[in-house]
Amino acid sequence: MPSWIQVSEMTDPLLCLKDFAVSFRTPNGDVQAVRGVDISVAAGEMVGIVGESGSGKSVTFLGVLGLLPKSARITGSATVEGLELVGASNRTMRTVRGKKIAMIFQDPLSALNPVYRVGYQVAEMIQAHQQVSKSEALTRSVELLDIVGIPQPKVRARQYPHEFSGGMRQRVMIAMAIANDPEVLIADEPTTALDVTVQAQILEVVQRIQREMNKAVVMITHDLGVIARVADRVQVMYAGRVVERASVNDLFAAPTHPYTVGLLNSLPRVGQERLQPIPGRPPNMLRPPQGCAFRARCPHAAPVCAEKLPELQPHANSMTACVRINEIDVAEMSGITA
Amino acid sequence: MNAKSTPSSDAPVLEVTNLVKHFSVSGSKGIRKTRATVHAVSDVSFTVGAGQTVGLVGESGSGKTTVGRSVLRLTEPTSGSIKFKGQEIVGMKRGDLRKMRREMQIVFQDPQASLDPRLTVGSAVSEPLRIQRVPGKHSERVAELLELVGLAPDHARRFPHEFSGGQRQRIGIARALALNPSLIVLDEPVSALDVSIQGAVVNLLDDLQDRLGISYLFIAHDLSVVRHISDVMAVMYLGKLMEVGPAETIYTQPSHPYTQALLSAVPEPDPTTERTRQRILLQGDVPSPINPPSGCRFRTRCPIAKDLCAMEEPALIDRGAGHPVACHFPTTNLAEIVGAAAV
Repeated sequence: MPSWIQVSEMTDPLLCLKDFAVSFRTPNGDVQAVRGVDISVAAGEMVGIVGESGSGKSVTFLGVLGLLPKSARITGSATVEGLELVGASNRTMRTVRGKKIAMIFQDPLSALNPVYRVGYQVAEMIQAHQQVSKSEALTRSVELLDIVGIPQPKVRARQYPHEFSGGMRQRVMIAMAIANDPEVLIADEPTTALDVTVQAQILEVVQRIQREMNKAVVMITHDLGVIARVADRVQVMYAGRVVERASVNDLFAAPTHPYTVGLLNSLPRVGQERLQPIPGRPPNMLRPPQGCAFRARCPHAAPVCAEKLPELQPHANSMTACVRINEIDVAEMSGITA
Repeated sequence: MNAKSTPSSDAPVLEVTNLVKHFSVSGSKGIRKTRATVHAVSDVSFTVGAGQTVGLVGESGSGKTTVGRSVLRLTEPTSGSIKFKGQEIVGMKRGDLRKMRREMQIVFQDPQASLDPRLTVGSAVSEPLRIQRVPGKHSERVAELLELVGLAPDHARRFPHEFSGGQRQRIGIARALALNPSLIVLDEPVSALDVSIQGAVVNLLDDLQDRLGISYLFIAHDLSVVRHISDVMAVMYLGKLMEVGPAETIYTQPSHPYTQALLSAVPEPDPTTERTRQRILLQGDVPSPINPPSGCRFRTRCPIAKDLCAMEEPALIDRGAGHPVACHFPTTNLAEIVGAAAV
């Protein structure tokens, strides 16, 4: 590892979201995409954010980085190393993006500029934040390409994005993300566009970087298999809220929220005659339902669920946002433990 | 697993023999125009029995979709034979082919793109009936079909944008069922859907097969769904079949190195097995189908490739595993041989 990359040793939460909310103004009214989430991420840990399309998992972190369109209204608080990002000036945000928090996107082809050499694009990232000469930046970009496992980095740095395969492009994205040694890496569905054999390689690179450089990584995905492989702690999102927070082992061994149980039960399992999907569909976020957003699809819903928005509360080893958690037997409905 | 009774051993509904599909592409080298051939499908043979589901799996570029489209002659095969209920459809005349198409239908991956936004659900579902000039009252048939796929008959008057992804896929399935086909090609029918919705569509497909006895060619990259729904699984890599056999055997005792690597790369939703199991991490990417490797197509990424693999192409034959495998050195414990590291 080159000397200019510092291994941070902090263990306090680096990134801290409190009551973070995002809504979009539309002609039909406000879409409440994220409705108050608390998430904290510490150095050296991989936090998995899992949820289905429309659950608000990507919007949350795009909002943190100030990458949402003007129609977005962000409230609550998001701090990185104590620095408040909600309402921060563009100037401040420019020092945060890439330097303190970097993001890896789902589709590397649209994130790379087709008319510039790959090495130049990585070097550009370095020069945006550091006072180094062009040749120094280019030398570093070759080192970065080597770190993320690109063979013949010197040759590859002089090539264009179209000469790279999907997996190699995603490695370039990772190289750009770690170019300025940020504290926090946000990976938004980094393997969704890739084939499984390539996905395995990319997950390995992200994990190696997280461990060797002691980075905090937020892994946003809809794939519970990816979560099971790499995450330390998991936040399950549904309709713009975190409905369950647990260590990865607890989440899979003893899920507590009915939605988590439903999600795990939807996966095909060996020896299963019928699949068990969750009935119904997610609510319309223009008019989210009163109380628990999952109640219309929940087998345990009762009148009490409509009263107020459930907050996360401790249950067993997890935190779960279900008001009926002490009355229902979640283990019974999950065919998993049986 | 699916305790589906394997259907009677009558003549297969679909018999594909030595199917080849080349696409010609033009590129440029400086100012010179160049021509190249993409070997999308090379010498693929398989059969689909009555009421059977054959799962065709492979990564992007493996040629699985081209196989599916060739079977319906939506793309013209370069060579080979495709027999549908004993009748050769390669080279069949347009008029005859149109009649044949009553019996074979396709469901596409993206229900958003495969439904015309300006057609009501009713006219989308009845379109095959109009094209084939089926006599009788179409609206009754549409109501029946919508009910069959779990939608309400009055949905016929609505437009596709009023439906969720899962419901749209049901509409696509209803349209495919309109002419009572005996074979449906399902090209990634659930991969655009959320996990919690996928199961409902897979269950629907299962039910329809039980009730109507349709055969499915199920094309997908999601191995766990394929395992659930298929009787037979066929694994493709770079235009070739690598291994074909009963789905359960392929899943539990794969003997082709590629099948094993593919299965070991799929993340399992269980942290304990995920973090302890041996994983075969393939190096590099799939080679270009314009210039596929000599001999075995998988050899450039195969951890146990030997000299023979580059010289001689392995035939897809039974090598003692009980099902055909296209590998000179089949083994069921590749992970131990290559000493895969537990990540």
